Amino acid sequence: MTHDASSTRTGNAALVPEAATATASAAAAAREQFSRRHRFTPLEVLPWLAAIGAYFAFPDYLALGSQILATIIFALSVDLLIGYTGIVTLGHAALFGTGAYTAGLLAANGWGDPVSGLLVAALAAAVVGLVSGALILRTHGLTQLMQTLVVAALLMEVANKAGHYTGGGDGLQGMIVWPVFGLFRFDMFGKTAYLYSLAVLFVCWVLMRTIVHSAFGRSLMGIRENVARMHAIGTPVERRKLTAYTLSAALAGISGALIAQTTSFVGLGVLSLERSGSILIMLIIGGVGQLYGAFIGVPLYMIAQDRFATIDPVFWYFWIGLFMVLLVLFARGGVLGILTRLVKRDGGTS
Amino acid sequence: MTTPASSASPTVSPPAAVETRKLRKSFGAFVVTDNVDFRLEQGARHALIGPNGAGKTTFVNLVSGALQPTSGAISLDGTDITSLTQAQRVKRGLVRTFQINQLFRKLSVLENVGLAITERDGLAGNVWRPAGRNRAALDEAYALLERVGLAADAMRSIEDLPYGRQRMTEIAVALGLKPNVLLLDEPAAGVPTGDVGLIIDLIEQLPAEIAVLLIEHDMAIVFRVAKRITVLTEGHVLIEGTPAEIARDPKVREVYLGERKTA
Repeated sequence: MTHDASSTRTGNAALVPEAATATASAAAAAREQFSRRHRFTPLEVLPWLAAIGAYFAFPDYLALGSQILATIIFALSVDLLIGYTGIVTLGHAALFGTGAYTAGLLAANGWGDPVSGLLVAALAAAVVGLVSGALILRTHGLTQLMQTLVVAALLMEVANKAGHYTGGGDGLQGMIVWPVFGLFRFDMFGKTAYLYSLAVLFVCWVLMRTIVHSAFGRSLMGIRENVARMHAIGTPVERRKLTAYTLSAALAGISGALIAQTTSFVGLGVLSLERSGSILIMLIIGGVGQLYGAFIGVPLYMIAQDRFATIDPVFWYFWIGLFMVLLVLFARGGVLGILTRLVKRDGGTS
Repeated sequence: MTTPASSASPTVSPPAAVETRKLRKSFGAFVVTDNVDFRLEQGARHALIGPNGAGKTTFVNLVSGALQPTSGAISLDGTDITSLTQAQRVKRGLVRTFQINQLFRKLSVLENVGLAITERDGLAGNVWRPAGRNRAALDEAYALLERVGLAADAMRSIEDLPYGRQRMTEIAVALGLKPNVLLLDEPAAGVPTGDVGLIIDLIEQLPAEIAVLLIEHDMAIVFRVAKRITVLTEGHVLIEGTPAEIARDPKVREVYLGERKTA
């Protein structure tokens, strides 16, 4: 201890037994408050109940359902960067697409085991994330945003030119995905795909939740809120951002791989700017940096897209756009933000 | 400890806590720090004063590593640290505070200090362990807050605190890092007159083994705390001496003290 000299004035109080006890209990209360924060609350069961309920309630929509579940993972991955670390990206499709093509190429070339395919895809995306992140994170602001765009554009061009392997603009054909664990065959109703996606999402959610509640996660939020302070307390800021980028890349890769496996197809769209942009929109609709924004924004956007496209096949993007404008104007913090405020208001008046 | 600071250094005295040699920083043609040779002795109470725009905060930024010098060298306990990042310097015990609070306003005082301690102990890179499990860090943070007289505010968020207490937290966060060298950049800036005493008390009670460099405008604090004073004008050192020497130096009176009433 180097601070003993400073204890002369206030340290004496701690020698008095009652004061020491009061101190100990205050410290214990403080600790208690912090140690509770990562514990599960009953509300966190809701998304899972809804997902299981949807499986039984909408048996005709399981294909859409598994896309939604897999896309939530992508939104979580973007949230780790944008919401928690404060790194804005317009090119996260680069990592989503890397995962999708990795899983796709494996399954089209004789290795159709889905679980190991996911892991390899996560690894491939993590490597691409590590390398591209090392370049992207050197820059700041608009330059950084451009870099994220450029990496995705480059990869898309690579996938396009490597048509011999990837199928280019026609997309990757001939994926054969084996049964999950050799037991559960992917059926034409999409039941296996849905439950498989749900299981993978659950694992990714546990991972993401662990990350954001860890000391590492707290330091990411510190970097987002006040980078000067983090430098001053000795945080290796650049290294920590790169770790976040790599973890986020792995999650994005898993998401891409999951969609590739459950649809047995990979097209150039997995690397497109539209993919990078729409995931941002979904996340913003749900709420950024609150962990559950992804669980609200993604289903809302994708179901609305599906419905609007049926009701108004020509003009449906207009309705999505209008909805977005209203949301951004009147609901900061997304739908989750609105819900949180409602709950707080109720708690205050009752 | 007889490690030579560097082959270029002419000094033979024991290593200073911090030493700068020919330290220079320019932004284009504008020279902010102009060949500053400066020694902060071990356990010193040293003040750096000078009129607005003299380059005091730039000097802190250079020493702490927030800015890279254009040329010159900085050493810590005789070891050259010029090329080290800010984080690496903090790990070696060189810690700064900010002229304008850089705290997490939504977080509690306790958590602001706890974050620093977690980082110091190398626990902040852990992805798997819940932050709330780092109980030792919180206990230590709480004990530190007791010593500096902030225990009653431990659970309040920064934005709910009076400004003087926010400034104390700024120092408490730095103390959480167990510094050997503490750079205090205008610790009393913006503090209401009635609360300045709190800051002075806190500085006076800093452990004797910490070398303190105090950048301050308020002469009452400088003359109360500092055993040695360096005057900076237009980026270069005008004079260095004891408070008595500085107070009666005609050059100092002319460029600096003449503008303001001294204590």
